Amino acid sequence: MNRILPALTVVAIILAFWTLAVIPMNAHITADQAQRSGLEITPEEPAARQDISGLALALRNPQIIPLTYTQTRPRLPSPHQVAVELWETTVKKKVTSKRSLVYHGWVTLSATLLGFAIGTGLGILLAIGIVYNRTMDKSVMPWAITSQTIPILALAPMVIVMLGSIGIQGLLPKAIISAYLSFFPVVVGMVKGLRSPDAMQLDLLRTYSANKNQGFWKLRLPSSIPYLFASLKIGISASLVGAIVGELPTGARAGFGARMLVGDQYGQPLVTWAALFAAAITAAALVAILSLIERQTLRSMGMKTA
Amino acid sequence: MTAWILAIAIWAAGWYLNHRLAHAALSDSRAYALLIPIIFGVTLILMWEVLVTMLDVSAVILPPPSMISARFAESLPLLWADFEQTIVKGAMTGYVIGALAAFAVAILADRSPFLTKGILPVGAFMAALPIVGTAPIFVKWLGSDWQSKAAVVGVMVFFPILVNTVAGLKDTSAMQRDLMRTYGAGYWPTLLKLRLPAAMPFIFNGLKIATTLALIGAIVAEFFGSPTLGMGFRISTSVGQLALDMVWAEIIVAAIAGSVFYGAMALIEKRVTFWHPSQR
Repeated sequence: MNRILPALTVVAIILAFWTLAVIPMNAHITADQAQRSGLEITPEEPAARQDISGLALALRNPQIIPLTYTQTRPRLPSPHQVAVELWETTVKKKVTSKRSLVYHGWVTLSATLLGFAIGTGLGILLAIGIVYNRTMDKSVMPWAITSQTIPILALAPMVIVMLGSIGIQGLLPKAIISAYLSFFPVVVGMVKGLRSPDAMQLDLLRTYSANKNQGFWKLRLPSSIPYLFASLKIGISASLVGAIVGELPTGARAGFGARMLVGDQYGQPLVTWAALFAAAITAAALVAILSLIERQTLRSMGMKTA
Repeated sequence: MTAWILAIAIWAAGWYLNHRLAHAALSDSRAYALLIPIIFGVTLILMWEVLVTMLDVSAVILPPPSMISARFAESLPLLWADFEQTIVKGAMTGYVIGALAAFAVAILADRSPFLTKGILPVGAFMAALPIVGTAPIFVKWLGSDWQSKAAVVGVMVFFPILVNTVAGLKDTSAMQRDLMRTYGAGYWPTLLKLRLPAAMPFIFNGLKIATTLALIGAIVAEFFGSPTLGMGFRISTSVGQLALDMVWAEIIVAAIAGSVFYGAMALIEKRVTFWHPSQR
């Protein structure tokens, strides 16, 4: 409870700032429209208005301030417009409709989850290999670490085209980008986790005459779980970003990325903003679900939650 | 068939060499730690070259490394111009603006424990969001030149740096702060001489995470509109022309830029936080 109130305050500050920013951002287009519909605007020529800032324009014409919040094609939509657009495209539209964000969200989410599952699975396998095989550790691990400093996302358009030209289309190319992005955080985190038991614990198991298999299942794997969840949370948001970016260059017809592009190209900022917020909410929900699973798992394993 | 046999032979040779090196007596030395991954990388590139050229894989799907390096060498001026546009103007400017803004907000919020408590969860939450998605909005607002890229980068790097700075500023013990008080130090001396230095490991952690984000933001934002210059522009147009060797050349530039950027931050960190246990 003592964290919720401060967090809400910060959110309220951000929202207030956003709401105020709407006025100067939309002042120019609102002034143009108001003049056309017969209102008096102080600098009468549109050319003269271009020279003054949005804030000054709004202050000189206080009558247009309420109108800045009701633009259909605003430069900056107000929070309530985005909320209304989100509500209308998620709850009020049928899920099967091409304009429903639930439909688009599912397209992106299915690629994200498939890719995340592949990336996590392979990442855990590689981490086990690295921990138990010295050659692999020395050869692969430096590359896994270096690859985190490289903007892998730049590969996305090429992966899509490359797979497209050998006939793979639709869900899988996006999933591969997602998998690739979640792969390396999982490898690095899992290697750290599998190595986290100290020498004393390993020695204790040896005195029990436990074999390598038992050592893995009873000590290394359980003690790696907190590290695994930390990487999973990084990995899932990286996966979602990967799936969205994977939709951008190919002109995909469905998905959050496609909605952002459509809004951008057809001059419908509300569509872009709604897609952006829907993607943000999805990312937040995925991380929250993982945190919940993390807490439950660690509690049932008798570990302290961070 | 011969291609596959040759590729497997290369793999076996590389692996055998690395196996010997990794189990050698000196395997923990610096030279070996560098040599082994290099051999691994060279092995993969050789296999790639052999498989692609001998199996006649179309350059539209996967160009061989030799073709990529030839393209890289002959289009150096072009790659340099793209690098300047995207990395120097877009990513670097945005990185500096975002970092400075994050420091400023962190130090302002630091005065109020209430705000600090709120910023940590909200900032960590924002850092996990797909902020690249704001790229089309910024391109619309600020035009297609580097200014819009810098803005996207600024927003992307802001939250990780903010969260780390705020967390770092909290990382002094009551004893240390009391000591400063017995010296008669006020808020600013305490901030400059104790809390900021103590926060440096956290701040550099944020700065290092942000290097990759900066490059991603600058490149991806160019997919939404750019002058006829820039790494993202070159990647998306070359993909359209099926000139994949050019795409790979840009990716090499991005990889080098990313590692150098990160390496530079790590180097500065080493200088600044020489006292921290992780650096000794």
